[in-house]
Amino acid sequence: MEENSRRGFMGKAFGAVAAVGAVGSLVAMKRTWDPLPSVKAAGFTTLDMSKYEEGVMVTEKWRGKPIFVLKKTLAIMAEEKDKPEAQARNIKVGDANFMIAIGLCTHLGCIPAFRNDLNDFKCACHGGEFTASGLVQKAPPPRGLDIPPFKINGNKLVLGEVGPEWQTMKDNGVTL
Amino acid sequence: MAHFTKATSVKDWLNQRLAIEKVEKVMASEYWIPKNINFLWAMGMILVVTFVLLLVSGIFLLMYYIPTVDEAFNSVNYTIMREVNFGWLWRHIHGVAASVVFLIIYIHMFTGIYYGSYKKGREMIWISGMLLFIAFSTEAFSGYMLPWGQMSYWAGMVITNLFAGGSLHADFLVEWIRGDYVPAQAFLGRFFMLHVLLVPIAIMALIGLHFAALRIPHVNNQDGEDVDFDAESKKYLAGDKAGSKVMRFGNDFMSKDMMVVGIFLIFFFYLVFYNYGFAMDPVNFDPADGLKTPTHIYPEWYFLWSYEILRPFNIDLGLVLFGFAQVIFVFLPFLDRSPNAVPANRRGMMFKIWFWLMLCNMIVLTAMGKLPPEGVFTTIGLVAAIVFIAQWLALPIITSMEKKV
Repeated sequence: MEENSRRGFMGKAFGAVAAVGAVGSLVAMKRTWDPLPSVKAAGFTTLDMSKYEEGVMVTEKWRGKPIFVLKKTLAIMAEEKDKPEAQARNIKVGDANFMIAIGLCTHLGCIPAFRNDLNDFKCACHGGEFTASGLVQKAPPPRGLDIPPFKINGNKLVLGEVGPEWQTMKDNGVTL
Repeated sequence: MAHFTKATSVKDWLNQRLAIEKVEKVMASEYWIPKNINFLWAMGMILVVTFVLLLVSGIFLLMYYIPTVDEAFNSVNYTIMREVNFGWLWRHIHGVAASVVFLIIYIHMFTGIYYGSYKKGREMIWISGMLLFIAFSTEAFSGYMLPWGQMSYWAGMVITNLFAGGSLHADFLVEWIRGDYVPAQAFLGRFFMLHVLLVPIAIMALIGLHFAALRIPHVNNQDGEDVDFDAESKKYLAGDKAGSKVMRFGNDFMSKDMMVVGIFLIFFFYLVFYNYGFAMDPVNFDPADGLKTPTHIYPEWYFLWSYEILRPFNIDLGLVLFGFAQVIFVFLPFLDRSPNAVPANRRGMMFKIWFWLMLCNMIVLTAMGKLPPEGVFTTIGLVAAIVFIAQWLALPIITSMEKKV
């Protein structure tokens, strides 16, 4: 060290104080931008699965996000017959089969619109398309619609709670 | 210790304390501008004036705007537009200026590219200018959130989702930026802060840097001629005003600058009073609704070219190319390997084609970005995006091969 004078020492001492302060303030700034506890706690949506009609796409709301609920028609079920990928996403409540997914395009988060005549979803933002089972039909979306954590309780389905059916889907890489 | 004498006038009093005469010389009467320039050299002054218009109209809007998700929409569309006297004027000035400022920025940029004004010591002018472009883009985007209409909400959703990095699924980062799972109060609050405080401070600091970067290399001229500013200014001060290649910035060049600014302002206020609709998206007159995406989401016209580079590809490739397009202009002074600092048309066929193709292609990308992603438009958009990337990759090669003129 050339500059081993008192001035050099004071410079280093200030540097140390400033570094501690800088790290501390960065932590505080980062934490200030975190989602608030009230936001995180706002949480669980219970759906009564007996009220849905076949072939009618209903949009529910969970954590501010749209949730697609589609009770599958026989036509949709027939289409899924030889497609294990589509079957893996199927959610069975009682005797009824459902497509339940977060209604945000996996590309950049626009809401795809359900097309009744074609039984599919089309995203207006960048032209992505999904089948009635929630699989990608046309790029750019990188993967099928995400399935929110759910737990089945008889005829009720709780969004936000992790049930065995959803855990299986997650473990098998069906959803994120 | 400086020596102070009894002041003979107010000017002298100030001069002793603030050296106002010296400052005036440095800033205006002995700041030298080449004579060999045209009206395109007035774009900087137009941008300064437009920035002041944005600042002043913004100050008045800020007095009535309420940054909460429940009241933001009405504070803009009812309070400011219907109740506040002349509130509509401030809003329309603010909206039109936000759009027009980008038109002038693009003209300013392409003027710089055409005349080679980013070369030979002028690199920092170009880089600080591109940083200003990024700061203005942030300012435009954050401001677009504030009316909390449908386009605000969904643009916020789409743009913040970009930070998930495609297959990286960095959802935690997206949620951190939003402060929520979706754009909501925390999001509006922080973008309000960015728009009215942090980004404007950054812009003002960058404008200072941009001007400071001009002092040493001086303004370029129409022929890219290497003017000896010391010799030419001496000639001017010695009385040979006609023979000198330079003139005073103030008030000589300023008078021409302000003439162009005057023409611009007539055009600008014609838009504000009679044709403000282009800057006010009709979809944004619906309040934000997280459960309904508008049929077509597109950014304002000035972001369309880069949006179109994102769109035709799958998410990961799209993001990489989008990122490339966002930053590549900054590196222009280093990617252009040619020693020639003359207008593009005199640099040989290759660069001439490169320049005009870049300009036309960005117009094509802009047009395609506005059109729905269907049929032939998807193909044209894809080709234009590939041409854009290819042109930048080819730039170092074609400029290395360029002959010295």
